[in-house]
Amino acid sequence: MYCEECNKRPAAVHFTQILNGQKKETHLCEKCAAQKGAVIFNLDGQMGIPNLLGSFFGSHYIQGGNTNSPETECPSCGMKLVDIRQTGKLGCADCYNAFDQYLEPILRRIHGNNQHIGKVPAREGEIVLLKRKIEELKEQLHQAVVSEEYEKAAEIRDSIKELEKQNE
Amino acid sequence: MAADLLKDNYVYWMEASKGQDADIVISSRVRLARNLAQFPFPHLLNAEEGERFIQLFKTAWQKISPAAMPGMTLLMFDQLSSLDRQILVEKHLISPGHARNNSDYNGVLVNEDGSLAIMINEEDHLRIQCFLPGLQLEESLDRAQKVDDLLEGELSLAFDERRGYLTACPTNAGTGMRASVMLHLPAFVISGQLNFLFQNISQLGMTVRGLYGEGTEVVGNLFQISNQITLGQTEEDIRSKLTSITMQIVEQERAMRQKIKADMVYQLEDKVGRAYGILTNARVMTSNEAMNLLSDLRLGIDLGIIKDIDVFALNELLVAIRPAHLQRKAGTEMEAFARDIKRAGVIKEKLIRQAQD
Repeated sequence: MYCEECNKRPAAVHFTQILNGQKKETHLCEKCAAQKGAVIFNLDGQMGIPNLLGSFFGSHYIQGGNTNSPETECPSCGMKLVDIRQTGKLGCADCYNAFDQYLEPILRRIHGNNQHIGKVPAREGEIVLLKRKIEELKEQLHQAVVSEEYEKAAEIRDSIKELEKQNE
Repeated sequence: MAADLLKDNYVYWMEASKGQDADIVISSRVRLARNLAQFPFPHLLNAEEGERFIQLFKTAWQKISPAAMPGMTLLMFDQLSSLDRQILVEKHLISPGHARNNSDYNGVLVNEDGSLAIMINEEDHLRIQCFLPGLQLEESLDRAQKVDDLLEGELSLAFDERRGYLTACPTNAGTGMRASVMLHLPAFVISGQLNFLFQNISQLGMTVRGLYGEGTEVVGNLFQISNQITLGQTEEDIRSKLTSITMQIVEQERAMRQKIKADMVYQLEDKVGRAYGILTNARVMTSNEAMNLLSDLRLGIDLGIIKDIDVFALNELLVAIRPAHLQRKAGTEMEAFARDIKRAGVIKEKLIRQAQD
């Protein structure tokens, strides 16, 4: 396999990115990979997580696109963006809001995703659970309409209305 | 009793006969990271907040226990010696980083057999962990989830609709879940397939680490594989993906073992026999040497070359030969050389007793 970039040298660096569930494979020769600045993570532990995160935070910090300045502070715990860059850790739950714009691309880079779809705690996530239930019913409603089961659709519509009332 | 976990070698994940595919999968672990909404993350907790946090946690735990979470003991690190904490690290119940911090609001809530341990104020306020022998990620997740549900009933957890469970490090946000398996892969190593495996695994969103987690070296052909992505997948997705990857690795490892046995039976029996000979006769042995020889011996047992030694004994030795366990057994602090002598003795005694039983 030849390098996708120069088509001259054999591809030596292969990496797969998963962005919002879309898989993208890239194959480059070492020279082009170095030029493109592809980040290659080694597995032997020389680069620990804080380091890695430091570089995540750091690289994005240089690029534009976020309005959080290094002195931006979390109103709850007082952590500054510079502190986060240094430690690789946030200060408290509210930091997620305070540095939202900043975290968005970082979460995408780490997880290839930015939206939680897993477990929701019953108490703290009551509203989230309700919203999810409504979404689920709307999907069922759509299915019922498509398959022309109008009686069933009417029933589902009623339960959605019921739940939306609770949500208010 | 948790006191025994500090005294004896035993911890539940050693019981190979109770797990699936335990010839290759030593243990399975699921960890859920959780934080309380009203406190800063552990690295920013001051003494007063730390104290309040512990009080709140104790109250919550006492409301839940004992019916739902039987036999739990709370070990606070200011009450434990550094040797005790190291013992817990060697059993994998707490992380090396956690053990280094002996502040009076750090600790671990652990059950009698060490299958359940909640690290308190490690990187996150609570890290619920379940450890089981063999490949049992489903059961591990199930048990950890139950504990999480119980705690959530009493404590207000930091949760966000978009980001899920909020953690000190964004690498854990979302599910806060890390599932991992400890694998013994000598045939991958012998056949030089390791790099191939590592590349494939990282492309699947998994990561390979050494025996004691992040940043630790690989010894004795033991590898820990865990999920890297915690956000944007369900707990069930993560669990089933790691389970199926593990099953594929197990299958490949088994096939390669059989091939080695078929193609190089003399070399294989020689390797295993020498390992047994050294392990039962040496007087001084470093940890690395022991881990590598025990790996050869384990391979020999799995392939039926060595009989009369059970895998439980080998799992026990993985822990018993570590520095803190050796010193606990000797009842005194020991320098490296003294530990090497003690280690050789402990291994010899165990293996010879196995052969006699």
